[in-house]
Amino acid sequence: MDFGAINPTILIASLMVAAVPIMLAALGELVVEKSGVLNLGVEGMMIIGAIAGFVTAVHTGSPVAGFAGGAVAGALLSLVFAFLTQFLLTNQVATGLALTLFGLGLSSLAGQGYNGIKPPATHAVPFGPLADIPFFGRVVFGHDWMVYASIALVALVWWVLRATRLGLVIRAVGENHEAAHSLGYKVNRIRLGCTVFGGAMAGLGGAYVSLVRVPQWTDGITAGAGWIALAIVVFASWKPWRVLIGAYLFGGITVLQLNLQAAGSRIPVEYLSMSPYLITILVLVIMSSGRGRAGLNAPAALGQNFHASR
Amino acid sequence: MNRRTLLASAALGLGLTLAGGAQAAGMDHVKACFVYVGPIGDGGYTYQHDQGRLALEKALGDKVETAYQESVPEGADAERVLTQMALSGCNIIFTTSFGYMDATNNVAAKFPNVMFEHATGYKREHPNVSTYNARFYEGRTVQGTIAGMVTKSNKIGYIGSFPIPEVIMGINAYYLAAKKVNPDVELSVIWAYTWFDPAKEADAAKAMIEQGVDVVAQHTDSTAPLAEAAKTGGKVIGFGQASDMAAYKPTPRVTSTIDNWGPYYIKRVQALLDGTYEQVDSWEGIASGEVEIGEITDALPPDVKAAAEKVRDEIASGALHSFTGPINKQDGSVWLTEGQTAPDGDLLSMNFYVEGIKGDIPQ
Amino acid sequence: MLKLEKRPTPSTFWQYGTPVVAVLLTMVAGGLLFAALGKDPFAVIRTIFWDPVFGEFAFYLRGQLLVKAGPLILIAIGLALGFRAGIWNIGAEGQYIIGAVIGASVGLAAYPTESRWIFPAMILGGAFGGWLWAMIPAILKTRFNTNEILVSLMLVYVAETILAKAATGFLRNPDGAGFPGSRSFSSYKAASNPEIFAGSGLHWGGVAALVTAVLAYILLERHRLGFQIKLAGQAPRAARFHGVNPARLVVFCMGLSGALAGLAGIFEVSGPAGQISIDFNQGYGFTAIIVAFLGRLNPIGIVFAGLLMALTYVGGEMAATNLGLPSAAVQVFQGMLLFFLLGVDVLTNYRIRFFWGMK
Repeated sequence: MDFGAINPTILIASLMVAAVPIMLAALGELVVEKSGVLNLGVEGMMIIGAIAGFVTAVHTGSPVAGFAGGAVAGALLSLVFAFLTQFLLTNQVATGLALTLFGLGLSSLAGQGYNGIKPPATHAVPFGPLADIPFFGRVVFGHDWMVYASIALVALVWWVLRATRLGLVIRAVGENHEAAHSLGYKVNRIRLGCTVFGGAMAGLGGAYVSLVRVPQWTDGITAGAGWIALAIVVFASWKPWRVLIGAYLFGGITVLQLNLQAAGSRIPVEYLSMSPYLITILVLVIMSSGRGRAGLNAPAALGQNFHASR
Repeated sequence: MNRRTLLASAALGLGLTLAGGAQAAGMDHVKACFVYVGPIGDGGYTYQHDQGRLALEKALGDKVETAYQESVPEGADAERVLTQMALSGCNIIFTTSFGYMDATNNVAAKFPNVMFEHATGYKREHPNVSTYNARFYEGRTVQGTIAGMVTKSNKIGYIGSFPIPEVIMGINAYYLAAKKVNPDVELSVIWAYTWFDPAKEADAAKAMIEQGVDVVAQHTDSTAPLAEAAKTGGKVIGFGQASDMAAYKPTPRVTSTIDNWGPYYIKRVQALLDGTYEQVDSWEGIASGEVEIGEITDALPPDVKAAAEKVRDEIASGALHSFTGPINKQDGSVWLTEGQTAPDGDLLSMNFYVEGIKGDIPQ
Repeated sequence: MLKLEKRPTPSTFWQYGTPVVAVLLTMVAGGLLFAALGKDPFAVIRTIFWDPVFGEFAFYLRGQLLVKAGPLILIAIGLALGFRAGIWNIGAEGQYIIGAVIGASVGLAAYPTESRWIFPAMILGGAFGGWLWAMIPAILKTRFNTNEILVSLMLVYVAETILAKAATGFLRNPDGAGFPGSRSFSSYKAASNPEIFAGSGLHWGGVAALVTAVLAYILLERHRLGFQIKLAGQAPRAARFHGVNPARLVVFCMGLSGALAGLAGIFEVSGPAGQISIDFNQGYGFTAIIVAFLGRLNPIGIVFAGLLMALTYVGGEMAATNLGLPSAAVQVFQGMLLFFLLGVDVLTNYRIRFFWGMK
């Protein structure tokens, strides 16, 4: 293959940015699924976050407020899902898909009149001379604060799930809700909390798309990123750091295939364009056939509703 | 009674009551309907068609009534929407995407009293079907002139959607204009293989910029490539596509090619009102205003700006054609000889690069 | 306070009553939305629910309901069988595309021969294509324990690229002056799938959907395999004791749902769509997942769910054209309808108790 003309420093730097939206959304969905809830409405929550973040940022002039607005909107939309699945015990797969449909429509209604506007810019964090170090300057010290925040969130989720009581409770609820209930945990409330967290994260990811990745609002701006996020959770076999790896891998191949095209590679374009999906499948096959048996790692109660009969 | 006669008679009944008989006699009032492939909020292709519809309403006031349907998938859905529109009394229906070609002709056969106008297609199987398109490649010639003069790295880029004649035509026109003013220029093309994915467009622009490209043209509708260019702090420029993208003035957006459908829509509906309506195959460009070159900003050096304006004005006056020979195909064979201009048929079915462009068109 | 109390047996009354309540609730909530958008809520709701079936142009639109519902039903039935067994095929959209591409290739390879065998061969090709595409996640699951949700979903994107390549490359109409898109099937008689009765909207795909619904119902209710499917979904361990081979069940359910999605694809491309084009697919594979659950994973229920879904599409289009409603509002309305349909279903299995104070 022809890697000669491609600069690895810049490649890594750009894949880190490209991966942020799917990473945030996938991380949120990971927590949701850990608690035993399968919310397929990620795309809908992301796009609501994208428009809400955009509108908030444009009116306040502050990207930070925009990200907050995106997260709140994503969380609010996820409340609809949580109410339906946790209290009216609806089927999670169908409710999640309906949420996507609803979110896409609502974002388009809310976004009327916001075409062609430029949101306030989110700049790179000023690291001063650090940013001039070869390689590390660009890769480690050359990003906007959301890139760092997203990595910090991965660490936080990992720590909470692994080392805290809250994490233990979430995992217990996701593995065996009957047992968790008999231990006195409020299964439905814990799941509601996780779902709302997932919504906020998806909203945050969406806001990153409309405020940084693309800086604009158009209908359907997330263009399927929510589906990729769902796939990344499975790919990561429900482990936070693997979400980071999965998002970087996917983002990396996407960026790389465009770089290869720009560098005039001889590989036919259509193969390049399907490569992110094929390689994701391939890596998953290798991982799940190995000793790790990644496929068996799914929370046992995933997708099952719980009703306390006592 | 089969479906065809059933529908035709229904249409006839409506046609008599609403359209007031044959169109040759003119009409007092026209209902104009539009079918869009995307949402009007796409900020690009469909948005501009809808701006054309609004211009029509504004120009003709209460003589015209409009209706539209957004996000209509091609195929069976388009056929149903067209039939519904024809049944509910539309006098003229504009179908604004290439993929509506068969649906437009099929429905037109059943409603001989309703006029159909299909954008960017070539089939006119019935007397009530007209086709219209705009010579967007003329805008590419202006952009290519700027690109060739401004580039310092001699590398210019083009983000394509799918390898179809409309896109290939634009790539060739862009390259030819750039090479004319700068024989050393190299073009790099990225195929996004999507009509719409702003994030991918951003990545494509970034990939090109990393390869040293300093002028990025795009055949996709989002402002994402311009936003990437803006991050370079003035080193890279780009162009507005479909809409003006004025938010990125004066740089990186140094000019734009605006799809301006209003003049055509007004002309056609006016003809229907006057009784002068005829079937046409319309392919207009800068001259009649369908392709509008947005403000060429002062961010460009004065000589570049002057050259770009000259190209624009010469195309408008007919003195310059974007494809004027001698031009060879990529494989070195002769396409146009000295002084020969490209026949429209060649352009509309273009599936080759001109000489000098590297790489292959995906087939 | 409110409290849910599980019914000993599902309520027959509410089983039939909930869809009606849900539709009524959607009309109220949707009416508020439409009023907020400045439209007459009564006119909009009449346009969506009444006009396509009983309105002025119902003679045309009733048939269109079948055109729209046919593929949804066909795909949803296949998916429902898998879902019942706990097998998650999310990639029916990809199987639909590949079915259409392979089926169309079969037909176009024979062009311009006129033979009565071409159309049946295309149908087989379509079913084979969908089956083949579904076999990838199925085999990967049984051999390597790879998650079928991820693989089937990723393959949708791969299929979309193949479709684009077909439309601009290997299936492009050689007489089409370089434009993307295959030859038109409506002008190639041996390979076309026209309406069976003119004006009815019913083509072979619709017939296949109804026949499949009946067959799937018999399979589930009367056949040992149907019992195994249900058992595998409800009690995987018990299923193993009953001699159910999980790997074979995965291959069967994925294969069947893939083949049905492929069938939907070939019927659509040779009939209503008329040709392979870059944007040939329009999300039937995803919408069918919703239809499957709306129909409570029951083949007969799915037929009604598919028709209801089709009604909101066709009626929604009418409302958009005639009343100037943004198509996004129709999407929101569909989302609400689904929420209500799913939500009030709780009444079938649970009683709502009111009580005062804390428990």
